[in-house]
Amino acid sequence: MAAVDYWLHLADNALVLGQRNAEWCGHGPILEEDIAMTNNSLDLIGQARMLYQVAAARLGDGSTEDSLAYFRDPQAFKNLTLLELPHHGPLVGYAVDNRDYAVTIVRNFLYSALMALVWERLQASKDADMAAIAAKSLKETRYHLRHAHDWLIRFGDGTEVSAQRAQAALDYLLPFTQEFWSAAPYEQAAVDAGLAIDVRSLQAEWEQLVAHTLEVAKLQFSPRTGYQTQGKLGQHSEHLSYLLGEMQSLARAHPEGVW
Amino acid sequence: MSTSVNADMETRLARATRLLATVTDPEIPVVSLDEMGIVRGVFEEADGGIRVVITPTYSGCPAMTQIEDDIRAVLQPLGQKITVETQLSPAWTTDWMTSTAKEKLRAYGIAPPSRVCGSAAAQPQVMQFIRDAAVVDAVDCPHCGSAQTVEASHFGSTPCKALYKCLSCQEPFDYFKPF
Repeated sequence: MAAVDYWLHLADNALVLGQRNAEWCGHGPILEEDIAMTNNSLDLIGQARMLYQVAAARLGDGSTEDSLAYFRDPQAFKNLTLLELPHHGPLVGYAVDNRDYAVTIVRNFLYSALMALVWERLQASKDADMAAIAAKSLKETRYHLRHAHDWLIRFGDGTEVSAQRAQAALDYLLPFTQEFWSAAPYEQAAVDAGLAIDVRSLQAEWEQLVAHTLEVAKLQFSPRTGYQTQGKLGQHSEHLSYLLGEMQSLARAHPEGVW
Repeated sequence: MSTSVNADMETRLARATRLLATVTDPEIPVVSLDEMGIVRGVFEEADGGIRVVITPTYSGCPAMTQIEDDIRAVLQPLGQKITVETQLSPAWTTDWMTSTAKEKLRAYGIAPPSRVCGSAAAQPQVMQFIRDAAVVDAVDCPHCGSAQTVEASHFGSTPCKALYKCLSCQEPFDYFKPF
């Protein structure tokens, strides 16, 4: 089932970040950003749905997109740890009123820079469903990248406070990107089968892409530092449980409920 | 097509196509799904059923279910065997919108897409896409026609639109993003 795990990895990434970013719905720093982040979430959740639908069909065990999203527990999720973190630095606790938009933008930037490269390559996947989803998602991801890129420059090359907060968010989140470059066993199997691309082959290009924006934004970039998180393998931070707890509660309270 | 079509002379497929042309986009009621490039094909099956293939504009487009329902409703006179199939590839692009659709959008107050900048074809490299991000599309105001417009937000009321403002007539407007 290695191949299905790769589909779930991509789907969980999209769903978890989509849910996280949706927390800004109704709480955005300005109205335009509230709408932008909600649209970003809609795209990500749409990508997650397409991926879960294929994964469910391939599993062939009665799974559905909903059962995969709502009835798996945190350790079954294979998303990158970076994507489950709250919208603030490590010392603030879980207080929602302490959300920091710099963390949101930096994370979206780091992730969409990765996915713009991943989707670009996956268009050539030997799996026709994967290639189709990649072509669709690439267009959306490029808009997400452009949005985060623009804001990062505005923050970094903005006021003293905005630059300081953008740098702090970057220093906090960059170590989590180390996880991008360690292929999980199921990823390697998917690469061997021609379904996936070897994410490690994208590292130099990703660093170049990130360095370009950070240079314009006048922010310091120190890649390849820090620790190795293992969300891909189902070993998550405490934050994922809270996120899933909120997201899954309605479906679990009314398991057969429909609109 | 003439409006005085004799239903008896018309094939089921032609009738389905004609009925489908009356279904509009739930978010933009002035353009049909066909003009939007959302309908990718209409087929008559061996068992007499009608199969319609549609493609989503954006993957998270919440209107897709509504679109399916609308298609089923309008094709009901053709019998019960109506299937609506979603196809992802090739991915939808604003290039598929007809010129009629673009003109209708403008008249409705939405600036039509100018060029495809989000597509892989237009910009093969992600790096190039980012470098070109500073080059903002030239968008004419759909209200007064002025070219003096600015982007207020990259994301608007639906995933496919950006929010713009006209510096001449001061009116805000939606811009259908090239995609």
